[in-house]
Amino acid sequence: MSHIRKKLVLVGNGMAGVRAIEHLLKLSPEAYEITIFGSEPHPNYNRIMLSSVLAGGTSMEEIVINDLEWYHSHGIRLYMGHTITKIDTVQRKVFSDQGVVLPYDELILATGSNPFMLPLPGADKEGVIAFRDIKDCQMMQETSQTYRKAVVIGGGLLGLEAARGLLHLGMEVSVVHIHPYIMERQLDEPASIMLRKELEEQGMKFLLSKQSEAILGKKRVKSLLFADGEVAEADLIVMAVGIKPNVELAQKSGVEINRGIIVNDFMETNIPGIYAVGECAEHRGIAYGLVAPLYEQGAVLAKRLAQVATEGYSGSVTSTKLKVSGVDVFSAGQFIERPGTRALRYQDEIDGVYKKLVIKDDKLVGAVLFGDTGDGAQLFSMIKNGENIKGKEKELLLGLSSDALASPKGNRLEGMADDEIICGCNGVSKGAIAEAIQSGGCTSVGQIKACTKASASCGGCKPLVEGLLQLYAGDHVVTVKEGICGCTTLGRDEIVAEIKRMELKTVKEVMNVLEWNNEEGCPKCRPSLNYYLGMLWPEEYVDEKESRITNERYHANIQKDGTYSVVPRIYGGVTSPAELMKIAEVAAKFDVPLVKFTGGQRLDLLGVKKEDLPKMWEELDMPSGHAYGKTLRTVKTCVGSTFCRFGTQDAMGMGIKLEKAFERLNTPGKVKLAVSGCPRNCAEATIKDFGVVAIDGGWELHIGGNGGVHVRATDLLCVVKTDDEVMEWASAFLQYYRENAGWNERTAQWVERVGLDSIKAALEVREDRLALQERIQTALSLTTDPWKQIVNEPELRKNFEQLSEMKTVLEGEAI
Amino acid sequence: MTMTKILVGKVTDIDMKGSRTVRMGDKEIGLFRLSDGEVLAVENKCPHKGGVLSEGMVCGSKVHCPLHDWRIDLHSGAVQAPDHGHVVTYEVEVDRSTGSIYLTLEGSL
Repeated sequence: MSHIRKKLVLVGNGMAGVRAIEHLLKLSPEAYEITIFGSEPHPNYNRIMLSSVLAGGTSMEEIVINDLEWYHSHGIRLYMGHTITKIDTVQRKVFSDQGVVLPYDELILATGSNPFMLPLPGADKEGVIAFRDIKDCQMMQETSQTYRKAVVIGGGLLGLEAARGLLHLGMEVSVVHIHPYIMERQLDEPASIMLRKELEEQGMKFLLSKQSEAILGKKRVKSLLFADGEVAEADLIVMAVGIKPNVELAQKSGVEINRGIIVNDFMETNIPGIYAVGECAEHRGIAYGLVAPLYEQGAVLAKRLAQVATEGYSGSVTSTKLKVSGVDVFSAGQFIERPGTRALRYQDEIDGVYKKLVIKDDKLVGAVLFGDTGDGAQLFSMIKNGENIKGKEKELLLGLSSDALASPKGNRLEGMADDEIICGCNGVSKGAIAEAIQSGGCTSVGQIKACTKASASCGGCKPLVEGLLQLYAGDHVVTVKEGICGCTTLGRDEIVAEIKRMELKTVKEVMNVLEWNNEEGCPKCRPSLNYYLGMLWPEEYVDEKESRITNERYHANIQKDGTYSVVPRIYGGVTSPAELMKIAEVAAKFDVPLVKFTGGQRLDLLGVKKEDLPKMWEELDMPSGHAYGKTLRTVKTCVGSTFCRFGTQDAMGMGIKLEKAFERLNTPGKVKLAVSGCPRNCAEATIKDFGVVAIDGGWELHIGGNGGVHVRATDLLCVVKTDDEVMEWASAFLQYYRENAGWNERTAQWVERVGLDSIKAALEVREDRLALQERIQTALSLTTDPWKQIVNEPELRKNFEQLSEMKTVLEGEAI
Repeated sequence: MTMTKILVGKVTDIDMKGSRTVRMGDKEIGLFRLSDGEVLAVENKCPHKGGVLSEGMVCGSKVHCPLHDWRIDLHSGAVQAPDHGHVVTYEVEVDRSTGSIYLTLEGSL
């Protein structure tokens, strides 16, 4: 079945437009053939994070939201570095400056905004820039390497973030502001002064009540002249006085504009088939410049395009949160007292905390918080609701203790309408969260986050999400556990769910989207993510060897003296004179200091130098025994019916079959198997991860045993009759373990954690087992022997050798 | 003091987030290539128990020692809190056009 898909074109490859597309793809993945044009030569990145890039600690690559792979995998055609210069609204075609002409059925304008550049004389000199995109950031970074003095014009949110970044780059920074108080649009006087003092302590200088008059210098900027005749020296001037919607294209094409592109509640412009979202759009007289409203608009537009019912967009009440290192500032609503309002204040100069609530007719209408912004989200919600706070004012001012709020919060949340937005960053409503708890089975904030994205961005709404959890889940609430490592607060299940839901395909992408707080993770999360991605996307994911632990990277066990050991695979512990002679010859040739039998019925060659490893593997010409990895180790066997008087089944044959079937398999923790030919159990199968014990006319299958630090005997999973059934159950069990255990969790711990019954239930139905078996076979079919691969690929083999081509190019006396 | 500038290899000899080693007399130096393309060099020995740093995991501009997870900043050589210590860093230059990596050391080769 095929139908002609409508052509959807998005002009503007930024957060608002792409977010709408993402939403649309969820609602109706097949409805449109999508093309995106973006002027910047980058995929969609998080513009809000630019200040973090400047402030250090975040790289440009890390702020990419949708990498090129995302566009590719969703079949989206992307024209980067293309600016649309013309729209033919009659023929429905767009024209790019690079000569691309494309017809459309539906067109989204998400052209964003441009920085407002003050029309000062000299504003075209070298060294005068805005703070808006990656290019500006790069310019600041480059400038900071050769110049010292920076002046930022604009003491608002954007200007302060730019100034903070420049300070981090080691420049001397002065902020010029036309008003006597910084951030006067978000803060009242006392909070503004506290903020300024804090920033001054960090090294920022302020030139307040200053009107800029001209930029002086020859080719490059030298200084900034003020109206009062004073001059400030400057090697770099950053203009951060505001933004204006980018309406040029719309205007030229006859789309109705005012300050921004005028849209109705469904984000439709006056021309059929043309929509606008984000900073370029003006809705009911307001053009927003914050993230939350853009997301809300994107959601409405996506529904419209997917022909899903929507009540439309009715505008947003906004709040501001400034995060410049160490300073927390929050403001919302009408925070300046006017006639008819009362204000409550709390000021603590020692701890640097200031709070102000503005109340009108017993309702909260505005708030400013400085230093302690923990209650921001709740206060913001009260402002939006307009609930009566009579008698609770002091409580609100002095901090919303959990006790004090236990019942009032419940009441308030209960009374809240279902479509009320709880998470402003991601546009998640109360109803969506309630549903995730009631029918989605979420029992922790983490799960709700994974399921709905509520509290996944700034985290400010977490107290409300917790409140809803109490309200709807009651006794079932699970206390929040810690993340898998210090880099994240997400647990294993949440991470795996998110990777699946958002189809994340690389370690970097997972860390970026799930907001890891450590650049490039740590040796705990990197290998875990590498494992989960490989498990979830066996056919697409390319194993990242840099995210594997040392032993797995070098495919050998590192010993305490820095040498390695080599353990070739000996299936089922059954070898031959020829194989033994070969091992002996190689051991002698490479002067292996120690040869030992392992506990798993094979030979360990210890004390091998790293650079000898590939050569030894080449000469051995045997598969890797994987004695170093989280994978199938050995399958221990007894002699079985082949020679033993008591043997009832062919244990060696079964062991070899299992080992050949599952070798090279990546698993959460190492996996050891054993097969015993009779209930005397000489192969010690009941302390293995998967143990097979022969009985007369069948096999007992045991799981979850361990002979290490904590000895654990296996649990009996079931008894089967045929060899094929053993393979089927072993496959199903191992795959179920792969899909459900945490990285580094052995089967013993896992069985203890989830309970034997849950595993039995999951494997009970034959269709389920076969599905699991099919998945494990897919994973297995894609593995190759690592030793052979390294031997044959110089690109991998080089890592075992030192750099040796050294050449002196210069020799001289140091000054 | 004599300073020697030595060509040790090309950027492509080192994998992204990977490392290689060079031997200079009795000293081993680990060369690390960060994900942003920068190449940094430090003494290849953890000040804690002598772990081989080049075999650790490179996360951002830090390497984690494979033995006990000590974190070492490759720019400064400083061991990161909660542990303390320092490894020697070496001056590295990368010729962007040829990709050649130069190491500057005291003494002659």
